[in-house]
Amino acid sequence: MEVKFNVRRYDPESTDTVAHFQEYQMDMDASSTVLDGLIRIREEIDGTLSLRCSCRSAICGSCAVKVNGEAGLACNTKIVDSLSENGNTITVEPAGNLPVIKDLVVDFQPFWEKIRAVEPWLQPEGEEPETEYLAPDEDMLHLAGVVSCILCGACVSDCTVMEVDSNFLGPAALAKSYRFVGDPRDDSAQQRFKTLNESGGVWDCTRCMKCVEVCPKGVAPMDRIMALREQVMESGYTNTNGARHANEFTNSVKHSGWLDEKKLVIKSFGIFNIKAMIGLIPLVIRSQRAGKVPPIFHKSIPGVENVRRIFEKVETKK
Amino acid sequence: MLDHDILIIGAGLAGMRAALSAKELGADVAVVSKVHPVRSHSSAAQGGINAALTDRGDDWRDHAYDTIKGSDFLGDQDAIALMCEEAGSEVIAMEHMGAIFNRDEEGRLGTRAFGGQREARTFFVADFTGQALLHVLYEQILKAGALVYEEWFVLSLIVRDGKCGGAVMMDIRSGKIEVVRAKAVILATGGLGRVFEPSTNAMICTGDGMSLGYRAGASLMDMEMVQYHPTTLKGSGVLISEAARGEGAYLLNSENDRFMLKYAPEFKELASRDVVSRCEQTEINEGRGLDGCVLLDLRHLGEKYISERLSQIRELAMDFANVDMVKEPVPIMPGMHYQMGGVKASVDGETSVPGLYAAGEVACVSVHGGNRLGANSLLDTLVFGRRSGVHAAEMVKSTQHLNVDESAADDDKNNIQKLLANGKNESFGQIRLDMGTAMKEHFGVFRDENSMREGIEKIESVKKRAEDVYVTDKGSTFNTNLLFTLELGFMLECAESIAVSAADRTESRGAHTRTDLPDRDDENWLKHILVSQNKDGGHDLSYKDVVITDWEPVVRQY
Repeated sequence: MEVKFNVRRYDPESTDTVAHFQEYQMDMDASSTVLDGLIRIREEIDGTLSLRCSCRSAICGSCAVKVNGEAGLACNTKIVDSLSENGNTITVEPAGNLPVIKDLVVDFQPFWEKIRAVEPWLQPEGEEPETEYLAPDEDMLHLAGVVSCILCGACVSDCTVMEVDSNFLGPAALAKSYRFVGDPRDDSAQQRFKTLNESGGVWDCTRCMKCVEVCPKGVAPMDRIMALREQVMESGYTNTNGARHANEFTNSVKHSGWLDEKKLVIKSFGIFNIKAMIGLIPLVIRSQRAGKVPPIFHKSIPGVENVRRIFEKVETKK
Repeated sequence: MLDHDILIIGAGLAGMRAALSAKELGADVAVVSKVHPVRSHSSAAQGGINAALTDRGDDWRDHAYDTIKGSDFLGDQDAIALMCEEAGSEVIAMEHMGAIFNRDEEGRLGTRAFGGQREARTFFVADFTGQALLHVLYEQILKAGALVYEEWFVLSLIVRDGKCGGAVMMDIRSGKIEVVRAKAVILATGGLGRVFEPSTNAMICTGDGMSLGYRAGASLMDMEMVQYHPTTLKGSGVLISEAARGEGAYLLNSENDRFMLKYAPEFKELASRDVVSRCEQTEINEGRGLDGCVLLDLRHLGEKYISERLSQIRELAMDFANVDMVKEPVPIMPGMHYQMGGVKASVDGETSVPGLYAAGEVACVSVHGGNRLGANSLLDTLVFGRRSGVHAAEMVKSTQHLNVDESAADDDKNNIQKLLANGKNESFGQIRLDMGTAMKEHFGVFRDENSMREGIEKIESVKKRAEDVYVTDKGSTFNTNLLFTLELGFMLECAESIAVSAADRTESRGAHTRTDLPDRDDENWLKHILVSQNKDGGHDLSYKDVVITDWEPVVRQY
């Protein structure tokens, strides 16, 4: 079939220093992959196209790009699944949230720095056993679901928080951290929690699900971040905006059956956090204009006892 | 100019293991890799790593014998014994560093069966063992704060008076060329799969280290021994782990017949790889294949078992062949997978060039001989990576830098200028494809005199055309077009050394199967073939007897 590749090009050495799209048309097998197409462009049409790729079987993590606006591995994205509705065009762009070096090649340095920041190595205490550490198979199988992360950066590319906050550790690094927190051989969870609880850590995720959607290996980074939040709170770190937000959210719904947004904001930031309170004023004004200010008196919903019963059930189950 | 005690080229398992062991001994170590360490091809190893753990009732001597028999008695028995004896501590070391490994009911390391072995002694992380181990070593590199030149490409080794004193390398990102002076250089660049088309190997496996070593004066050994893996996916040639058969999968022909029962009544589907690949090819050649393939049937293992232990290959078969192995058999064929040969190295990694070491697939210690057992390659990288690092770290303590200056990069700079200015019109892609196809056709599963001669001619003509290759990209930023052209030069040298070694071996042994000479000839050929470059730029062949210690060669049956 005829396929049109619309590839975003950028060459820092060119006089035209702005990125632009270039079209390549080829006859391709529908079952072949986007990477097959890019390699053919490189080998048969235009040798100046730069991209990273190596294994061609979704294990080395080199070829994460955006296909039609969404991050994924070019090597396991099929042509037939990527065609636009109104024609046979496939748009390929470099991964997002990382600076572009040339064409589809991005600078991974910020990515590796964040991985490094979570101290991603096993930190056991005490003397090493003579043979292996004993560890339950089910724990290891559970960890295998995170260890299978190939560090391709697809999650980071499409993370909606990293787009606006470069301080956020991001889904890949946090999933990596979870891998050690969840390891029965690792004794540094408390230390790790401290870092995870800081600004840029687990509380900065907005739960948009994007990382779960785009991960080519089913690592589900956001689920790991949520699990870390729980563990961070259970270990006693309850005095942060994030932890207070989570607690008050739960309390509010448990108490009245719905969310008391005023109280949530005040409890999360802390009433004596004058700077944050003043900072909220423009938001309140905008909300008022839009008619979205919550009622002054927060009333329970009818049948709130049913909500409480759900809470009781969940809590006893734990 | 940069200075280091030890420069390690390649950041896969062998390279990073070498770096860690050398750094532990206090040496100033730097690793250079043309890709980021976690992108290395070690990540593609699926099935596991072999070790005979004595506390499990296994014996390293049994592992050694299985390896020797697997090698079709071409492996050097002293080296094999050493590797198998050190296997257990190496696996435990990886576990202590953080590798998760599947466990048994008591929480100890669990094993699975693998080909050519009488015991289940393969330790594994689901079906992505290589990736899991590679990431653990990278974690340790970060912990140790070891220096890695990421995405730098090595252009040549520096040799003075027959000794290796460093390397010339290029920053892929900027095109900048640097001279690195080093008292020891360790080649850990992996294999050469891209010399063949198709291959299970990654696109980065272009035989760089073998060619760099060869050009520096080191000998290549056992180059004719090229492994065809029995289970690669129809069409794409993507690897389907031997773990599938280890866990109990059957091989079926078009008549729904489990044909391995006939060829290998004892080991069946788990005979060694060269044997199974030959049987499959025979079935296909005799008309009992399906569209150039046979079938791998896992249906009886059940969905739960498959998703717990073979999840990755299930995904791969779905993604790349549209087959769900839980429901249907998978069409597979033999595919080029591994180079048993490489730069001749001692058990401490020393090559014939002082100062130059080699470890992992790039090296030939000869622990694999004529055929490597599945799950012995990860072991090879770790044991010999570590030993090379240790030996080099000791050696540099009493060694001075050679007299090397910036001018060491002149030849490479000129060569690149020449390549960029070349006005001819051959495309590297077409040349590589023609080379790969010729290698498959003439040096694949079955070989014979006439076909190999034809193959050698084809490689010569392809080599001639490569002189006229046109580099489209003239820039210096991430110029992959230029890199491929340089890699093509490496690959052609590897192709040639495979071809001349294969044509020289007038018998059938291990992966080298000649239809015109089907028998093993122990009287004349219990020896390795070595290829080295002579003064005129041509090659010389020489021989080295196989080291036989406790295990006399016998007829090989599975």
